[in-house]
Amino acid sequence: MDGFIELFLSGITRGSIYALIALGYTMVYGIIELINFAHGEIYMIGSFVALVVASLLGLAGFPMLGILCVAILVATLWSAAYGFTVEKMAYRPLRDASRLSPLISAIGMSVFLQNYISLAQTSDFQVFPYLIPEFEFLEPIAHILAPSAFLIIVTSLLVMLALSLFIKFTRLGKAMRATAQNRTMATLLGINPDTIISMTFIIGSALAAIGGVLIASHTGVTKFNIGFIAGIKAFTAAVLGGIGSIPGAMLGGFVLGLCESFGAGYISSDYEDVFAFAILILILLFRPSGLMGRAPVQKV
Amino acid sequence: MLEISGVDTYYGSIQALHNISLHIGEGEIVTLIGANGAGKTTTLMTICGVVPPHSGSIRFEGKPIHYMPANQVVRLGICQVPEGRLIFPQLTVMENLDLGAYLRKDKAGVAEDLAYIFELFPILAERRNQSGGTLSGGEQQMLAISRALMARPRLLLLDEPSLGLAPIIISQIFEIIKQVNQHGTTIFLVEQNANQALKVADRGYVMENGRITMEDKAENLLANEAVRKAYLGI
Repeated sequence: MDGFIELFLSGITRGSIYALIALGYTMVYGIIELINFAHGEIYMIGSFVALVVASLLGLAGFPMLGILCVAILVATLWSAAYGFTVEKMAYRPLRDASRLSPLISAIGMSVFLQNYISLAQTSDFQVFPYLIPEFEFLEPIAHILAPSAFLIIVTSLLVMLALSLFIKFTRLGKAMRATAQNRTMATLLGINPDTIISMTFIIGSALAAIGGVLIASHTGVTKFNIGFIAGIKAFTAAVLGGIGSIPGAMLGGFVLGLCESFGAGYISSDYEDVFAFAILILILLFRPSGLMGRAPVQKV
Repeated sequence: MLEISGVDTYYGSIQALHNISLHIGEGEIVTLIGANGAGKTTTLMTICGVVPPHSGSIRFEGKPIHYMPANQVVRLGICQVPEGRLIFPQLTVMENLDLGAYLRKDKAGVAEDLAYIFELFPILAERRNQSGGTLSGGEQQMLAISRALMARPRLLLLDEPSLGLAPIIISQIFEIIKQVNQHGTTIFLVEQNANQALKVADRGYVMENGRITMEDKAENLLANEAVRKAYLGI
């Protein structure tokens, strides 16, 4: 039984990270129908920014939890700036081009960012400092749930809750949903689509960065290419949930995380990545609109 | 209030509007009638800045607006209810209305307008928490008009408000259009349903193949032999 619970918790942990990244894919797709292949790199950059901040603050002797909070904050803002800039430079000029052009531009951006970090930082694994304190109340279950995993789950859930409330209730959130449903009509109401698109990239990048910091402090390492696999898996999660759907991305992330975890635990961990991509292929074959995908909009 | 002169509009290399000139005075209901594909919707989209004109000028209260992006034109008080209503199907009725007031900061005024709208269309008050996509065609048209009214427009552009609706709903919608106009909003009404449109309008323009071919008082157009033959089916 403990084995099952452990696998479950580990699935939820990785699922949280997938969900955080998948949200960025799905929100961007919902508004401009672009698969932002550079999104995984934003997640990777988040972990590197946090690494730099944590190293600096660590030298100055700050307490661990304080360092983690500052690192997350700085990484979030920094990555949001990256996301904003990437959209402005690589996608906005191609807004009216055929759909293939921004897609190629996105792949180019992904390759560029990976190589940039590999040259500017290092192409080796980087040790990420351990920043998560031992939570006393976790001691009875410490053998199945590490404090870092606990923090990933709690933080992700809180962030997703905050995002849902923002999208549901704020003026900007409503404008984002309206723009996703019909951009011309949103413009006719005075909504500036450029603002909304920028906001989408900023929010998506911030979420990915939070995921990047959390995972780096969980595994204790980061590398310039961690965004590639994580990005593709999060993309799978977004497709699984129904690309364009925000609750879908969350659900897709958790389902994918659980499948991987149980697959690795009960079948073989060698096939871990195979499960994720088998799911992607099956979903695309049998239910391309995903678990919570939008039914085709009926226009009367 | 609105002065369009010599406007040409292109979609790519195809010219959709040829040298369009028309004017709308404060407080009027002006209608633009014509067959399907004559360029009526393009005219509205050109006014709103969605499809900017290639040449010519559009002035709103003397101020040129033809270079403005669509979301700026709205700020001046020009709102469009587009063809096919384009309500946001996955947003609730209330959220659709909120978005109509997207640019407004005067909370008291917004609440006042909302009360006025719920008085005009009690059905919308009843369905305020339903998603827009679940409304009937007539209700969606009411919602689309209401959403535009939430912006408290000075000039309301209506594109085929009667399209696809039952006759009884159509008369209801035209009744509302008259009321809104009496409430102080200038109206530019684009219609294929020339009979109804000319009955509520003060003046009318007839459009054919992207050109304005006739302009007159609405009652004269209603009596005009050519108009009767071509658009009224009499």
